[in-house]
Amino acid sequence: MSLLEIKNLHVNVAGHEILKGIDLTINAGEVHSIMGPNGSGKSTLAQVLARREAYQVTDGQILFDGKDLLEMKPEVAACEGVFLAFQYPVEIPGIGNTYFLRSALNAIRKYRGLEEMDAMDFLPMFREKLKLLEMDDKLINRSVNEGFSGGEKKRNEILQMAILEPKLAVLDETDSGLDIDALRIVASGVNSLRSKDRAMLVVTHYQRLLNYIVPDFVHVLVDGRIVRSGGPELALELEDKGYGWIEAEAKAPASV
Amino acid sequence: MTTAIQNVESYLESFTEFEKSSSGSNLPWLRRLQEDAFARFCQTGFPTTRDEDWRFTNVSAIARTAFSLAEKGKGRVSDSDLKPWRVEDAAAQLVFVDGQFRGDLSALGTLPASVSILSLKEAIAKNPSALEAHLGRHLDIQRDAFSALNTAFIEDGVFVHVARGATLDQPIHLLFVSTTAGSPRMVHPRNLLIFEKETQATVIEEYISLGGGTVFCNSATELIAGDNAHVSHYMIEREDKDAFNISTLRVQLGRSTNVASHSLLLGGGLVRNNVHPVLAGEGAECLINGLFVGNGKQHLDNYMHVEHASPHCASRQFYNGILDGHAHGVFHGRIVVHKDAQKTDAKQTNRNLLLSDDAQIDTKPQLEIYADDVKCTHGATIGQIEENALFYLRSRGIDEVSARRCLLMAFAGECLDRMKPGAARDHSERLIHEHLLTIANQLPAATPSKGKAPRNWEEVG
Repeated sequence: MSLLEIKNLHVNVAGHEILKGIDLTINAGEVHSIMGPNGSGKSTLAQVLARREAYQVTDGQILFDGKDLLEMKPEVAACEGVFLAFQYPVEIPGIGNTYFLRSALNAIRKYRGLEEMDAMDFLPMFREKLKLLEMDDKLINRSVNEGFSGGEKKRNEILQMAILEPKLAVLDETDSGLDIDALRIVASGVNSLRSKDRAMLVVTHYQRLLNYIVPDFVHVLVDGRIVRSGGPELALELEDKGYGWIEAEAKAPASV
Repeated sequence: MTTAIQNVESYLESFTEFEKSSSGSNLPWLRRLQEDAFARFCQTGFPTTRDEDWRFTNVSAIARTAFSLAEKGKGRVSDSDLKPWRVEDAAAQLVFVDGQFRGDLSALGTLPASVSILSLKEAIAKNPSALEAHLGRHLDIQRDAFSALNTAFIEDGVFVHVARGATLDQPIHLLFVSTTAGSPRMVHPRNLLIFEKETQATVIEEYISLGGGTVFCNSATELIAGDNAHVSHYMIEREDKDAFNISTLRVQLGRSTNVASHSLLLGGGLVRNNVHPVLAGEGAECLINGLFVGNGKQHLDNYMHVEHASPHCASRQFYNGILDGHAHGVFHGRIVVHKDAQKTDAKQTNRNLLLSDDAQIDTKPQLEIYADDVKCTHGATIGQIEENALFYLRSRGIDEVSARRCLLMAFAGECLDRMKPGAARDHSERLIHEHLLTIANQLPAATPSKGKAPRNWEEVG
């Protein structure tokens, strides 16, 4: 059984059809990348996987670990093992990073029938993961993402992923806005989390991130459909030629 | 305005009886104070929404109801009834049932000789000269009919005197209990809190209901802070949803004092919270901090009147409101800077969260500045729970109710952060936590309310 099976997914956002029939299967241990021009529906797919309710699924099915993902609330999807690294992580003044992450971890542990983790056990683990992402200890006491730089926010997303240990990690443009040092840190954090039990879906506009996180499969999304799938070499081809040719190709059959 | 005339007559009856009964005072100065106050009340009657200070709050439900004074010793309350309402680690706990001090339910602990805490009634009987210089000397009965009414019916409440240099580490807890009212009943608790020079203390005034009914609680507190005194005052309103609660805190700040007024409005039906500090001594600092949380058809009105009367004083007003259901909140922040109060630094911020389409907030700054070298700022915001933040928390596995409570707590936490660490703050934090959990549980109010709105206060009574 595959970890994630998306079949004929159609999604409307504010009355417009954004995804027009997506089929995608991801097995545990695999890293897939979704590439595509702006407005092609990449982020919509990521948000639907995290169960954002504003995105209305009009047709199709998503099975996660054999269960109907579309029936799940965001928190249930998270407890089942879906994690979205946000393109724009949200600042939440007044809620401490530590409190937030421990609450999240314990919600997930509780759901899985595990004992909750107390602060004494949590803090050392938290500090360890901070080191992995080369993040400052002072973040422990700050509010969630408040006053973080763009790079710090993205690192914080990967930090959360490292702590919550999802089965499927969806990275939505995690590379955008990062300088090369931050990109390396984020990528090495992500790579350290690759495992045979965990799948990743890396959504990106640029090929650059894929130099560091080398995917097993690359899919190109144009106008709400996957128009081409291949290996990592497809990403390089796109980097060379841009999206123009593939967009033209995608439109061609319709005009014939 | 026939209703106004009728109701003044009913108060006249109550006042005549009050004066005749043992409750009436034999002290000439106090009697005069009460008679003058009652005369003033008869002149003005209750305010209407045409009165600028009452524009957003209609008290006709109070004006139309014929309240009578609580009968003595009727309210049955036992020690175990009060157990859940006690504050741990209080230096002293005074309990008032339907306005009457109850020694049997109170615990005065072992207080240092420099601190005296007793009921106002006892203080009037035993040592009236200690009161004369302050009682009724600060409260503005000319401008405010409710303060006049309270003064007319001065009988019981608390008298606190902290002698020069004394420090109380733990709070003084004043618990005002309303018991079941068969017919509409009124109480007028009156408190006098005197903190001499270089003292430090915390007082919690808390209003609760044990049993429902139409209760009108009209309290007034005069707080006098001597030079260099550090005082925290907490007003906590947790009465039933059918209670009328008008409270007035009048603070007199001496030179280099630091007074904090914290208000937590969590209960009550029609609530008016008046806070009136006068920064009379040079270099005084005043924090006016509050949180009001309303749902159902609660009406929570906060009227701040901050008077800068001396140079180099600073005042900070921070009020946060959370309103759900058909609740109506009001924040009126009036700052008056007198001619000689140069170098005044006054700041005012009111932030509000509206959780439903039918919740309402009226927020109004009012600055009157007669000095020419001052810094006054004000700001207000109104918003909803951020859907992005809610989704972010949920996407990490936190369920919707907990996520909402987290976000509400973060918003309310701003007010907690301004309280000094200690028993009073812990108590406040616990109450806010519990209250916001119930509010979060009643959400998601994402489903729009259907049908007719429940009656509001103008139509009740």
